[in-house]
Amino acid sequence: MKIIVCVKQVPDAKDVRLDPKTNTLSREGVQAIMNPYDRHALEEAVRLKEQHGGTVTVVSMGPPQAEEMLREAVSCGADEAVLVSDRAFAGADTWATTYTLSQAIKKIDDFDLILCGKQAIDGDTAQVGPGLAERLDIPFVAYVRKINDCTANTIRAERLMDDGYDLLEVPLPALFTVVKEINEPRIPSLKGKMKAKKIDITKMTAVDIEADPEQLGLKGSTTQVVRVFSPELKGERAMLAGTPSEQVAQLYEKLSPLL
Amino acid sequence: MLQIDSEACIGCGVCESTCTFGAIKVEGGVAVVGDSCTLCGSCVDVCEVGALSIKREEKATQGNLGDWSGVWVYAECRHGRIAPVALELLGAGRKLAEKRGVALSAVLLGSKLNGMAEELVAYGADKVFVVDDPALASFTDDAYGNALSALAKKHKPEIILAGATAIGRSFIPRVATTLATGLTADCTNLEIRDEDGVLLQTRPAFGGNIMATIVCPHTRPQISTVRPLVMKPLARDAGRKGEIIAANLDSNSLTPRVTVLDSVVEDLDRVNLSEADIVVAGGRGLENEKGFAMIRELADVLGGAVAASRAAVDSGWIPYPHQVGQTGKTVAPKIYIACGISGAIQHLVGMQSADTIIAINRDADAPIFDVATYGIVGDVFEIVPKLIEKFKERKSA
Repeated sequence: MKIIVCVKQVPDAKDVRLDPKTNTLSREGVQAIMNPYDRHALEEAVRLKEQHGGTVTVVSMGPPQAEEMLREAVSCGADEAVLVSDRAFAGADTWATTYTLSQAIKKIDDFDLILCGKQAIDGDTAQVGPGLAERLDIPFVAYVRKINDCTANTIRAERLMDDGYDLLEVPLPALFTVVKEINEPRIPSLKGKMKAKKIDITKMTAVDIEADPEQLGLKGSTTQVVRVFSPELKGERAMLAGTPSEQVAQLYEKLSPLL
Repeated sequence: MLQIDSEACIGCGVCESTCTFGAIKVEGGVAVVGDSCTLCGSCVDVCEVGALSIKREEKATQGNLGDWSGVWVYAECRHGRIAPVALELLGAGRKLAEKRGVALSAVLLGSKLNGMAEELVAYGADKVFVVDDPALASFTDDAYGNALSALAKKHKPEIILAGATAIGRSFIPRVATTLATGLTADCTNLEIRDEDGVLLQTRPAFGGNIMATIVCPHTRPQISTVRPLVMKPLARDAGRKGEIIAANLDSNSLTPRVTVLDSVVEDLDRVNLSEADIVVAGGRGLENEKGFAMIRELADVLGGAVAASRAAVDSGWIPYPHQVGQTGKTVAPKIYIACGISGAIQHLVGMQSADTIIAINRDADAPIFDVATYGIVGDVFEIVPKLIEKFKERKSA
């Protein structure tokens, strides 16, 4: 089974703030990490490989320093790594990103399955997975929480829904996005780390993927950010003072009329 | 391209310290941009001498945007029920449609949809496009995506809104890709820009730490998924008149590649979290699984639902369906009681539109108090049992 895993290097979102003075993103000291959901996608791919044989190729579109994250993915069990990187990709929205990734994936050997995290924690759009599936014209399933059965031609999987789950049968090749309930990612093995050090990462530029320049980066994007600002918090902050019993009594008085 | 005016640049290095991507460096007294630049624009904004600029080569406008008219709402239904967010979107869509001076339509996809289209009219739709087909009995991305795309290609709406639910966030990106247009996910505010009638779509990003307003200027339709419980539905009016249109689509296009073998509704809680009037939530401060027994008891006494912060879910004290926040559910109950929750922004974005928020936390500086209507600084293990006792007395009285 040939599996492709799409991974993204993201700033650790919990540390990102808007500087109130300059109104710009201050990401000082913020670490670049592998998107946590992508880790689960990678783990699932490696487990499928271990059970059914095959290869796992990780693909990332990003700046040159994303190479470090790809090496980490190799240390966790990926066999091959591809970095799709070009100045022309800068400023891409999800539309331009799915175009770029689809062009790159067409250059990689055949595949049976593509796995992605359900969303990246920087943008939280959850659009690249489904958009990429549409561009490649393959079946898509979001929020996969369990892969039950896997044959050469089909996979049975559970999709997390708002009110429960669906059990699906999906013909391959297909693209799934996964939720973190699917598995517990492993830590890199020593052998994996050795391999990661030595591996040749395949680099692809806009020319290599035969991309139409009009479809790339900021120019190819359908959406534009016109403003960023800090969220407003509207609490009244009425603090209830006194002993715990007094505090509870006051709260009871406030809440009773609302019940 | 980021352009640097080397004459104007004074080499102060503010841009270098602002850039998260390490893409800009001062070399020989002048800023130089490297390959990692993502064109985020942070450096342009901070440069005091105006030496930096981004040359925006914009996408060419696709066709005549004026050919696209009307506001559409995808009216999600599942297991024979219209999703509450569909009615909320009709409320939001009504305002947008009036401002644009166009009709508001709903799109209903499924099987055995008797009476639902009339319901959508009662909640504000001028028109309802209905595709009632056995192939749409279960949700699949293929069939639903093809149906909505086909209708949109034919009728050309300028705006499509859908709930940012599991279903909406799964298949709407496919529709946007098919229609070769932009999509903004998980919006919390929608407005029409006065100058040109463009839809301003505002959404949280970076785990809710910042808000971003996004436009889709050169292609139509403009598509948004909208977070449930943020918009307000109109009052139901059974006397409202609307046109119900049965749409016939090529049945081949409705044949999904994916087969739904089973669709299981899990009884996650006695009360559905998203629709509960009272929510009692616990966080890291509960220390362990047993702490949640207390939360459940308070919820039971108040007739409410139990929720949790990500920290509590990640610790394995309570399952994921109870999680409230950016990566969990959004709730907007009448009363939200946060016990031992510090209030990371990722949690706040999921509950801050509750009418009354009570925060109980040991740490007086916890950010949860910034959204609280009433706050108690104290030990949850002392306060919550007392509160349970009080409300038990009330109940038996």
